[in-house]
Amino acid sequence: MSLGVVEVAKIAHLARLAIRAEDAPAYARNLSAILELVEQMNAVDTSGVAPMAHPLDMAQRLRPDEVAESNQRERFQAIAPRVEAGLYLVPKVIE
Amino acid sequence: MMEWETVIGLEIHAQLATKSKIFSAAATAYGAEPNTQACAIDLGMPGVLPVLNQEAVRMAAMLGLAIGANIACRSVFARKNYFYPDLPKGYQISQYELPVVEKGELSIDLEDGSSKVIGVTRAHLEEDAGKSLHEDFHGQSGIDLNRAGTPLLEIVSEPDLRSAKEAVAYMKKLHQMVVYLGICDGNMQEGSFRCDANVSVRPKGQAQFGTRAEIKNLNSFRFVERAIEFEIERQIDRIESGEKIVQETRLYDPDKGETRPMRSKEEANDYRYFPDPDLLPLVIDEAFIETVRASLPELPEAKKQRFIAQYGLSSYDAGVLTAARALSDYYEAVVAALGGEPKLCANWVMGDFSAFLNRDGKDLAESPVSSAQLASLLQRIQDRTISGKIAKDVFEAMWVGEGDTDAIIEKRGLRQITDTSAIEKVIDEVMAANPDQLAQYRAGKDKLFAFFVGQVMKASKGKANPQQVNDRLAEKLKG
Repeated sequence: MSLGVVEVAKIAHLARLAIRAEDAPAYARNLSAILELVEQMNAVDTSGVAPMAHPLDMAQRLRPDEVAESNQRERFQAIAPRVEAGLYLVPKVIE
Repeated sequence: MMEWETVIGLEIHAQLATKSKIFSAAATAYGAEPNTQACAIDLGMPGVLPVLNQEAVRMAAMLGLAIGANIACRSVFARKNYFYPDLPKGYQISQYELPVVEKGELSIDLEDGSSKVIGVTRAHLEEDAGKSLHEDFHGQSGIDLNRAGTPLLEIVSEPDLRSAKEAVAYMKKLHQMVVYLGICDGNMQEGSFRCDANVSVRPKGQAQFGTRAEIKNLNSFRFVERAIEFEIERQIDRIESGEKIVQETRLYDPDKGETRPMRSKEEANDYRYFPDPDLLPLVIDEAFIETVRASLPELPEAKKQRFIAQYGLSSYDAGVLTAARALSDYYEAVVAALGGEPKLCANWVMGDFSAFLNRDGKDLAESPVSSAQLASLLQRIQDRTISGKIAKDVFEAMWVGEGDTDAIIEKRGLRQITDTSAIEKVIDEVMAANPDQLAQYRAGKDKLFAFFVGQVMKASKGKANPQQVNDRLAEKLKG
């Protein structure tokens, strides 16, 4: 499977990455090379192997349901570009 | 004229009633000041690690067991990637390929009295996003992240529903279930229980599904019904006028009663799921499942059958009383306090008690009349201190806080007259005052009996024991 500049532009948009148009062919080549590497692995028979969701052979530790965080709004909002009435302000988004 | 069949599948988000969030120890309480319950993990600060809330897992397992589903011994959390300001990490932690609950079913009751089994494909754990406020910020949006990280159980049905009514019946049944289980407060106004509906139509008899539209964020039973009905009409109209249905996400506008497309960008649904490397697989062992199973409360259907068997109630009465767990608990407390008379208790709990709650828009928890107080009132009907009719007045007085049953009866002088001689005295007076009617009655006009009963009750201000009035009057009118 290989990617063209159209797919590269779409992936960049989904990831909100700004890329220069003249760099797109190089990204397309590099990303295609990665896909080709993955493609090679398809040759291996994995029918008896369970899919691996995580490289560590451990289970998720669970936490008791207790509230242990206090309000630190002032500290968090000190680094926000704009706040008002306790809210973070962002450029308008309307569906 | 083509006959159309509707195909509906629902995705229901139930907010789990945990104290803390699914991956952090911040509080989940509703209505706090903006951003006071959003900690570093909820904000997606660099270097933080999510740790899964055990209670959320237990609640998911409870639902799974209650709908006869398989609880996965191993499930995996995945990142669902999209950009929106109320999603600080740029992804939502959800479950994708391996959800915690798979393949259950729920039986719904249809209007014709039959029932239908609806398949539940899966239920998975995920975190909620924050809230965006679009008004009053000088052209900017305000973001409150208190809700970010609140645990949700997304419950996905099979496309087994064939009408808006069936969809609502399913949603109500699931709502009843999660509230019974105590895993969700069921508050739809606060968004604790909300629904996305996938709707499509196809010519009747066609095996293949039509193209579907997804209606997002329906937060009342009425909106679900109206939105689906509108959408069915819209799709049929389009197809019949030769147009195609576009697969898209739509929003329901309750003011206009219509659905409108929400996103047009086709890549919006490209979520690029992948397993979240911050979270290890969730492993649930048999012992945990058995502990949860042992903790399951009596479920609505089982409780209804028990009410029929134990209290001798009709199927209808048992259904009404067990529709909500709180009401069934109240009813059983009244029966226990009164020590019997389950039918009398049922009539009062379903009748005046429920009517007053409805009239005042109160939750059962806010009822001014406790189960013990209602039982004491019914006790006074049972021992014939007051009639059932007078009891309604006492109930109303108790509702507005005039005191307990006995205090109200004494204060208002409502004690029933059961002294036969006193009743006969009233009857004599009534007969003397109505000689014409008496003559007509004795000439064979039996219907006038009710007239005399009415006059006697009126003369005694409703306090004469009705049964005794009937007995004595029948005797005396004969002459």
